[in-house]
Amino acid sequence: MSNNKKTSDSLALKVLTNPLGIASVSIIAAFILFGIFVPIFSPWDPNSPDIYSSLTMPSADHWFGADSAGRDVFTRLAMSTRFSLMTASVAVIVAIVCGVLTGLIAGYFGGWFDNVSSWITSIVMALPGLVVLLASITVIGPSMWYSMAIFGVLMSPAYFRLVYTTVRGVRNELYVDAARVAGLTDTRIIGRHILGVVRAPIIIQTAIVASIAIAIQSGIEFLGLGDRNTPSWGAMLNEAFMKIYDFPILLVWPSVTIALISISLVIFANTVRDELERTGPRRKKVSGGKSAAQKAADAAANEAIIHPDTRGKDQEVILEVANLAVGYPDGSGGIKQVVHDVDLKIHRGEVVGLIGESGSGKTQTAFSVLGLLPAGGRVVAGSIIFEGQEITGAGAKTYDKIRGGKISYIPQEPMSNLDPSFTIGTQLVEPMMKVLGISKKEATSRAIGLLDRVGIPSPTTTMKKYPHEISGGQAQRVLIAGAVSCNPVLIIADEPTTALDVTVQAEVLDLLRELQKETNTALLLVTHNFGVVADLCDYINVMQNGRIIEAGGVVEIFKKAKHPYTQQLLNSILEGGPGRGKYVAPKGN
Amino acid sequence: MLTFILKRVANGLLMLFAVSFLSFFLMHLGAGNVARLMLGLEATADMVAQKNHELGLDKPFIDQYLNWLAGAVRLDLGNAWSMPDAVSNVLFPRLAITLQIVSITTLVAIIVAIILGTVAAVFGGVIDRVVQFIGLVGFAVPGFLVAFFLAALFAIQIPLFNAVGYTQFSDDPYQWLRSVTLPVLALAFSGIASASNQVRGSVKDALEMDYVRTLRARGLSFNRVVYKHVLRNSAGPALSIIGVQFVGMLGGSILIEQIFAIPGLGPIAVSATAMSDIPMIMGLVLITAMIVIAMNLIVDLLSAALNPKVRLS
Repeated sequence: MSNNKKTSDSLALKVLTNPLGIASVSIIAAFILFGIFVPIFSPWDPNSPDIYSSLTMPSADHWFGADSAGRDVFTRLAMSTRFSLMTASVAVIVAIVCGVLTGLIAGYFGGWFDNVSSWITSIVMALPGLVVLLASITVIGPSMWYSMAIFGVLMSPAYFRLVYTTVRGVRNELYVDAARVAGLTDTRIIGRHILGVVRAPIIIQTAIVASIAIAIQSGIEFLGLGDRNTPSWGAMLNEAFMKIYDFPILLVWPSVTIALISISLVIFANTVRDELERTGPRRKKVSGGKSAAQKAADAAANEAIIHPDTRGKDQEVILEVANLAVGYPDGSGGIKQVVHDVDLKIHRGEVVGLIGESGSGKTQTAFSVLGLLPAGGRVVAGSIIFEGQEITGAGAKTYDKIRGGKISYIPQEPMSNLDPSFTIGTQLVEPMMKVLGISKKEATSRAIGLLDRVGIPSPTTTMKKYPHEISGGQAQRVLIAGAVSCNPVLIIADEPTTALDVTVQAEVLDLLRELQKETNTALLLVTHNFGVVADLCDYINVMQNGRIIEAGGVVEIFKKAKHPYTQQLLNSILEGGPGRGKYVAPKGN
Repeated sequence: MLTFILKRVANGLLMLFAVSFLSFFLMHLGAGNVARLMLGLEATADMVAQKNHELGLDKPFIDQYLNWLAGAVRLDLGNAWSMPDAVSNVLFPRLAITLQIVSITTLVAIIVAIILGTVAAVFGGVIDRVVQFIGLVGFAVPGFLVAFFLAALFAIQIPLFNAVGYTQFSDDPYQWLRSVTLPVLALAFSGIASASNQVRGSVKDALEMDYVRTLRARGLSFNRVVYKHVLRNSAGPALSIIGVQFVGMLGGSILIEQIFAIPGLGPIAVSATAMSDIPMIMGLVLITAMIVIAMNLIVDLLSAALNPKVRLS
């Protein structure tokens, strides 16, 4: 409880220190005070006509002027504000009580409620709220209190859904089980955990519902279907509308009031939502979250071990990455670096491994070569030279020429990397037409040939299939076909077998090896699996915490690995060998 | 696909039946009040009983409903209480006008929302903030306030458009345009606001999909990927908002039509409500529910047609 309390207190503080938050709260509070106090202290009666002040402009006597019956507009507006806010509260309270109670009951006790509630929701959704309210006024007669209570019922599904889904979710979480074991009763579990979780979303929802209630209420009153003898915003609009030609200023006061309150409520809701998202659990940090000083200390302690480079010097270097650093905005104006000082060299036709556990920065390194870092990410230092050309910071034009035709990419998860809305054929043919500048017919026959080559049975039918109609293994073959389709110089394969079944993994690796040999394409293989590396690579770079910690030829790494982390990775693949050693944490952790 | 369509149609009819039964039931729960509302407080108990008999309200509820339903399936919605005419004779010509306004508005709102939402999602930055701000204001400010503003400015101060009235397109296309422009704009405002935020969200989601990166890695330009693949994939989620929009606009049109004196369903809904004309309101409820359910059905079928997984099964 104390934990929940603390977060909600700090949330309230954050909303109130946010400029938009404090502005919206102040406006709403000011109108509430306006509605409470002005009718008490005003010298004017909101309802008594005064023929001599009919349609007067604002003056010292009548601050907002007087309407056609000579009534003081300022006092009437205050009276209307009081009435409208009170009736709108009825809608909100009814909606909360109905929605939260049914949501709690349904979420906590029953699954069958799911169907019933979705049916009721669709029935309610089948009619615009205004039509339902008109129908109710037809039989009940014009009363804003009843109308708003009915509207509250119509709005309750919003709360129901909120509470219901939260309860279903929270119920399955461990801490409720733990609370049950601890012997707490159901009601106390609900009280302590679930209401704590849904409190902030309910506040957001309430501000929204209140603004909708105000809109619909003034609409009904404007139509002349509200309480006839009570001043209200809508009634004022109705009277002012009759005078829109000769005294339009009367329309201004209630309109501005409604607009200001509605906008404030929505801004308040948005601010709470934004602050809630900001106070939510922080994203897991990419590199373990250490201070710069600690990082530097680590770097010094873990000096990278570079074995003598014995690669064929006769082959031309096609990719040279030097001192590469990749960073993301850290949310407070600074840059959080996830890749530090990475050097990487690939010769023509060579297979180079980039190995490390998830979060080690290997995928970020690969994406920066492709110029396709996720939103926000950018190369903050270093250079990437491809076929003699510096490509860091190059424009879209340069990259569009390199990608596909020179450097291509094989992703990890085959299914999500095919566009579900287009056929396999379209997705293979489209890039080929663009990159190779060939006709659709030519590209199609090439694509069929490629599918055949990567081992897809009946390639012609597969061309017409959508991604969901083929298996994950076949999808990965399609993606490999796509990667080699435009005769690239370098293929970047990011965990190409990780998402596949074990039996398919070996086949896909064989295919990659064959294709690589056949076409003499260089391959940068990004993986966490030393088994895959051992199979294919000529040269290996081991990454940890965004740095390369050991690099060397495949023989050196397997026979003479010096870095404790490399040794540990190696040990983890040696079957039947001695028992695994202790986990070697990076120094400084 | 055929069973999918049949299922949805059956579900829609069932829903229509449920809505009609529930609203008939709820309205007749309160119907004891109606004769009193019509006759005023001075009427004697005898006069009220007489009126109830006249209106058929003294019959058992289930008889009344079955009687109404038997007519309704033949589109005969009974006689109005507030005027000497059949409900269907009054409502159907007006429905045509309302449907016309609401359909044009939906179309306008969706087109503008797709443009704004896509631009906001793709370019981000200032444009994104502006679109989000429009969305917030449009969501918060009721459409009828926008209507007042537009009427005061573009019909009264600067008489570009008509403030009141409606001309049939077939009678005079220019006058028709002058009469529908402001109502459509007023009605479209909130629709554009919420729809553009929805489009923005679904385009943003589609932009983050893995296949976007993969297609770009194959050499397709960013624009090409956005216009062909991202928009195609965000069409489904964006489509589903049309249904919601349409319902909101049907409700909003009641107010807008009243403000611009357009002889659609709005003004008749208001007068029938004020005069406790239950058959007229029941007719209105039925027609509205029919339109909404039909619209949702169309949207469902369109999204199914867009989604190869559903289309091919």
